[in-house]
This record gives sequence, C-alpha cells and structure tokens, in this order.
Amino acid sequence: MVRKELSPIDVYRFLPKTNCGQCGEQNCLAFATKVVTSEARLEKCAPLLTKEHERARRQLEKMLRPAVKEVVVGVGLHAVKIGGKFVMYRHEFTYTNPTAIAIDVTDEMPEGELVDRLKKVEGFNFEFIGHPLKLDMIAVRSITNEPEKFQATAKKVVENTNLPIILCSFNPQVIKAGLAVAAKSKPLLYAATKDNWKEMAELALRHRCPLGVFAPNDLKLLRSLAETVLEYGIEDLVLDPGTFSAEGLAGTLSNFTTIRRSACKSGDEFFGFPLMGVPMIAWTQKNGVHEDVARWKEAYLAALLIVRFADIIVMHNINGWALLPLVILRQNIYTDPRKPMAVQAGLKAFGKPDDNSPVMFTTNFALTYYTVASDLESAKINAYLIVVDTGGIAVDSSVAGRRLTAEKVANALKASGIENMVKHRRLIIPGKAARLALEIEELSGWQVLVGPKDSSGIPKLLQEKWLTQA
Amino acid sequence: MKTKPAKLVEADFAPPAPTYPTKIVEVKLGATKNEGGTRGKSIVIGGETVPAFYGFGGPAPHPPVIALDVFDMKVSLPRAVKMHVKEVLEDPAAWAKLAVEKFEADLVTIHLVSTDPLIKDTSPKEAVKTIEQVAQAVKVPLIIGGCGDPKKDMDVFEAIAEAFAGERFLISSITRDMDVERCGRFIKRFGHVALSFTPMNMNLARDLNRRLYEFLPREDIVMDLTTAALGYGLDYAFSNMERARLAALAGDLELAHPMSSGTTNAWAAREAWMEMAPEWEPRELRGPLWELTTALALLLTGVDLFMMMHPAAVKALKDVIEQMAHGQPDEVDKIANWVCAKI
Repeated sequence: MVRKELSPIDVYRFLPKTNCGQCGEQNCLAFATKVVTSEARLEKCAPLLTKEHERARRQLEKMLRPAVKEVVVGVGLHAVKIGGKFVMYRHEFTYTNPTAIAIDVTDEMPEGELVDRLKKVEGFNFEFIGHPLKLDMIAVRSITNEPEKFQATAKKVVENTNLPIILCSFNPQVIKAGLAVAAKSKPLLYAATKDNWKEMAELALRHRCPLGVFAPNDLKLLRSLAETVLEYGIEDLVLDPGTFSAEGLAGTLSNFTTIRRSACKSGDEFFGFPLMGVPMIAWTQKNGVHEDVARWKEAYLAALLIVRFADIIVMHNINGWALLPLVILRQNIYTDPRKPMAVQAGLKAFGKPDDNSPVMFTTNFALTYYTVASDLESAKINAYLIVVDTGGIAVDSSVAGRRLTAEKVANALKASGIENMVKHRRLIIPGKAARLALEIEELSGWQVLVGPKDSSGIPKLLQEKWLTQA
Repeated sequence: MKTKPAKLVEADFAPPAPTYPTKIVEVKLGATKNEGGTRGKSIVIGGETVPAFYGFGGPAPHPPVIALDVFDMKVSLPRAVKMHVKEVLEDPAAWAKLAVEKFEADLVTIHLVSTDPLIKDTSPKEAVKTIEQVAQAVKVPLIIGGCGDPKKDMDVFEAIAEAFAGERFLISSITRDMDVERCGRFIKRFGHVALSFTPMNMNLARDLNRRLYEFLPREDIVMDLTTAALGYGLDYAFSNMERARLAALAGDLELAHPMSSGTTNAWAAREAWMEMAPEWEPRELRGPLWELTTALALLLTGVDLFMMMHPAAVKALKDVIEQMAHGQPDEVDKIANWVCAKI
C-alpha cells in the first residue's frame, strides 16, 4: 500500500548516485524509476550490496517491502517465488508471482505411476502468445502416515524431478523422514497445526525451509499459529485457512479475502504471507461420481481461488482440458494492467509480399493482432496487414462499440500507402466485421472479400478465394 | 536471540468491518400481472452494499441470475453448444422453452439477429411477432437483444416496447451512438429497462448513464461494461468491472447500477471451440469450462446478470451461486485431514 505511493525520488535518495551503469540503466534516477514500478530489482545495483551502503540498502528494502512477503520454495532454476504482493486489487499496481500450481503424488502410488505422473507434470506446456504456461510444483502427500514409505516416495520424487516440492503430512515424524532425503531442495513443509506446531517449527528452523500453517476456518487460530512460529524464529510462512467446497465455498473465499485485506489494507504482519488453497478437496467428496465431474469441480474451485488471492494451489487432475482454462486465467489475472492493450497501428508486412499479395486488416488490440500475426507466420503467408486503431479493442467489440467503422478502415487504408504497393484493389476484412463490408467498398473504392471469423481460417480462404477470384 | 515460545501465543483477530457509503441500485426485471405485465415472476437484481462475496457483509440481497441466449434465426454455433439445441435452432419459442424448462434459465435473451439490414432485414413488426411467440412460450422475464445496427435497433426496440408495454423487458442494448433521448423516452413511456452498453471504459459508462438519467430513473438502468473472453482480454474486462463496482460502493452513483455480462463472448476464444492436440481434448468439456471460468472471474467482480450459452456452464454457475449463499463452513472435520485423502 505504501509501495504504490513511492516516487522515484524517494528511492533515488538512498542510491549511490554514482551513475555507474552496472545495473544496465543510464543513471541512478532511471534505475530508481524502474525499481518503483517493479521492473528492476534492488539486487541489480552492485554498489548497494557493499558494506558501505548497507544502511541505505536496509532502508530501501524496508521501503519496498511488499504487503505480502515473498517466499521462495525450491532451489536453483526451478525455485518458485510465491506471494510478494503489493496490493489487494490488480488495478492498484500489478500482481507479482503468479499462483503456483502444485500437482499431488502420494506415498501409495506405485513407482511406475509416480514417475509417469512426474513426467507429465514437467512436460505440461501451452504456448500462449509467446508465453509458456506451465505447472510449477509437486505436493507429496503421506496417505499411509508411515515415515519409511513417505521417505521412499520423497526420494523418488527428488530423483525424478527438479520441480519444487511440498512435503505434506501433519505427522512431524513423517515430515522428518521426508526431509532426510529432500531437505536440500528446500521444500515447503506442510503443515504446522495447533497440535504439532512446535515439532514442525523445529524442523523448519533446522532445515531452513518455509513452513505452511493450517487452521481450517479459524482465522484467530491461524493468526495465533503464525505469530507463534514467527516468534519461534521461522521467517517464511505460507498460510492455509482451509479450502471447503460446496456449502463451505462462501466461507472459504471470505477467509482468503479477509486475510489478504488485512495484509494489504491494514498492514497485518501475521497475515502478510502467501496463501495456499486446495482445490483437490473436490475429489474427496466425489461419492462415486464420474472422474470428469470431479475434474470439473476442482477446476472451478481453482479458478475462484486464483482470482481470490491464492498464491499456491494443490490440484489432483492433470488432464489438459481442465487445466488449460486455469493456466490462461492465471496468465490473465497476472498480466500487468499498466501495460497498454494496444499495439501500434499501421501497415505490417508478413513474409515477402509483392504487388499481387493479399491485403487484409485487423484491429490494434494486442491479442487480436498477435493471434492474426501468428496465424499468418505459421502458415508462411506473404501478405500486408493493416492494423486499424480501435483503441485496443477486439474486432467484435469494436464493431459493436463503433470504434471500428467503415470510415476508419477507409482512412487507415489510405494512410498506409498500400495503394502504391499493390496492383489490385481487394481487401480481406475480418468475418466479425462483415457488417461493414458494403460501406467500406463505398468509402474506399476497394472490393471487399469477407474473411473468416477466426484468423485460423485465413490460409483456407486464400487458397479457395483469393487465387480463384483474382 | 529470541526465546522460543513454549506454548501457543494467543493472537487476537477482529475481522474487518469496513462500511461502504453507497448501495447498488435495485432494478426489477420483468413484471407480473399485478405489476402490469404478463410474466410469471419478476426478478430483482442489485442492492449490494459490499464487494461481491466479502463474508463480513453477509450474503448479497439478491443472488446473481442467468439468462440463456436464444436466436431468432439459425446461426452458426460452436459444436459443444449446438449439440444441446439442435432440435430448436429455427424455432425461438421452442428454444426459449428448452432454455427455461430443461436448462433452468432465470431469464431468456432473444437475439433479433434477423433484423440486421445486412442479414434478413426483418421488419420491426415481424420482430414483435417473434417476441409474442416467445412471451407466450415462457413466463420468465425477457431480454430483447438487437442486431447491432444502431438505427434499426431503435426502430425494433421501440416497436417491441410499445407492443409489450409494462413488461419491464431489458432492452439490450442502448449504445452511445443511438438517439439516447428517443430510447430513454420510449423505455420510460412503455415501462421497460435499459441496458446501458459501453466498450470497456468507465468514463464512457458514466457518460451514457448520465445521458439516460434525463429520461429514466436510476431504477430502470442496468449496465454492460463489455465482457471479453478468457485469454482474449478478460483481464481488462475483469479490472474494469472490479474498479467500477468498488468506485460505485465508494460513492460514485453513476456507476452504482447492477452489472450485466455477455458471458457468451467467452466462445470468441478459439481455445473454447477449436479442435486441438489430443492432450487438450475433448473440446466438449473444455468449451463449457471456458465459458464457466470467464463467468466465475466476473462473478467475483460483482456481476448481477449473466447472459450465457452452454447448459453445463449455466448449471455449474448456478451451483456456485447457490453455494455462495451459505454462510460459514460448518464441518471442519471434512477437510481437517485432506492430506491423507484417498482418491
């Protein structure tokens, strides 16, 4: 909350002011500007890390501290950062560290199944407008409550994946056995409860691991536990107020919201930690229903938790149809709302277009543009694309909202200079702008060919209509 | 060196109880015989005094409701949707009946696509006939959807408003490039409700509502701030709605209207309907989950009225809304040992 009111000057005051450029910026003020907007991290300032600037560094760290502490699980390249939130609402600043999705394995799984599952989790990937969307963690659950079995499973997990791990058991002996083989990978220990907190805190302290704290639907107890283990010397916590499905859904979201609100709006130090949700709960109440129904329920519980402040979620399903909407939702919620949704309008050439190449237009909504661009590129099409300024709104919405009109298209066509670049006068328009076809013809003098409603159909259209009617 | 605590440190916690000065206006959709219409029941939306599902405010006075889409002519639909309505594609009255009786729609939206001058240019008189058939077939409140041509929509809306005076139909929608005075006047005169539609911009929404206030009481206006699909701008739609609702509760009266979402737009995302590599199939499940996920994100911003398409997405959203009306979780035991659950 304090953070978003910081100005670059507030940060600049504490920087070395040497303009050394080691951070990659022109000068210290430029660096300060990026630090304030979270585009650059303090650690990039090498002089600041020296003894001489220690006091200034501490001061800056305090100033820049997020309302929700950033906690790291795992080591090296695959470590995940969770929490680190500055604000309650994404429009106030931006959300940092997308919700980590953990998939469960158990100490009852046969080895083959376990290894296969780990492979699938690691291999999950969806390329979405240039971003790889992936799964992040493995939650190892002790079903048997037997330390040896849990240890054997944890060992196999560590041997077969680099993904960060959550060791899950309420029995400290079981967690201890897991740590004996997995401590090096800095797992999240789940969880300290009102009954076991001392043993769990001792383990977390000894192995320097972050510690989960669990108090189902009891915020007072959760806060007491958090304060207690902080007093104990633990620095990195993850809070789990319990995930309930069905009749408990409202209470669950209310608890998550209350905790995050206390952290962001009241600066509550005990609630200023990442939150963990467990959509997997949907599977425990399935009462013999079809697995797809459990997947579906787990997915919608996860969607609600991703929006309402969960920093880690534990899931059971690994089927793509149910996970895809979730990883896209996560991507959407965690994009930076300060970035414009528009790309630059104007003429773009794809491949090596000549004076016979097709001419088409789309809007300057970033997602629309990138979708069309990637379809043209992957089909290796030579064409001109005119990007019309609709204020960053997609085709259908901008037609409905009159941000995309025949007049705008005709003007953009004229301004692009395309008339001097091609011999023909035929314009392919998006199928969702079909209603503008006649008017565009009248205003521009170009012949209009109505394209597909989805740009994936462009290659087919070109094959069937562009050549034959030329 | 700290001394490690030997027993649980009892921390206090008083849940926050912030108060918001403004209440979202309550809008009644549909009118029963006693209320001057012919609907079996009317539905009130709005009335919130805290952001959506903030437990400390208690459940919302009126849970969100769902309208299903019906089209007045055969249109192309995603396969996952079409399989549920293929028998009624050319019969709006039968389609509406199916939506209400089988899919439990709270309201029905009739999209008068055929009135589009570029499609069939059906006359306002014929549109009135279509609505007549639908109004006979179902007793739920109706939403009248235009074709998107501002001039034609005004003529069609006016004819329908007059023919069904007193029904409190939701006229979907009034846009900035229409003759707002004319629309405001016929909606007021014939007793209907305006859906004020703006393209994802709070200032434009305020502006259009302000223009409507000259002719309509606030209780006759619902607003649509534009819904973009999951993956295709949902982030902007989400934050626009979240900001609008927070601003409204904080005292911005021009935004303190119930919100409607054209959630059907979720199907504009190709990942909702397209056949993909086997690991993402079947699309018959992926598609409705796409629509549901879009709806859930917006549910949390405070949307009061969802216009939707797929029966499974509608059913699941209804379940969630129903579950959200409950208070605190009662059985802690159910999840206390989730770690050991056998699946």
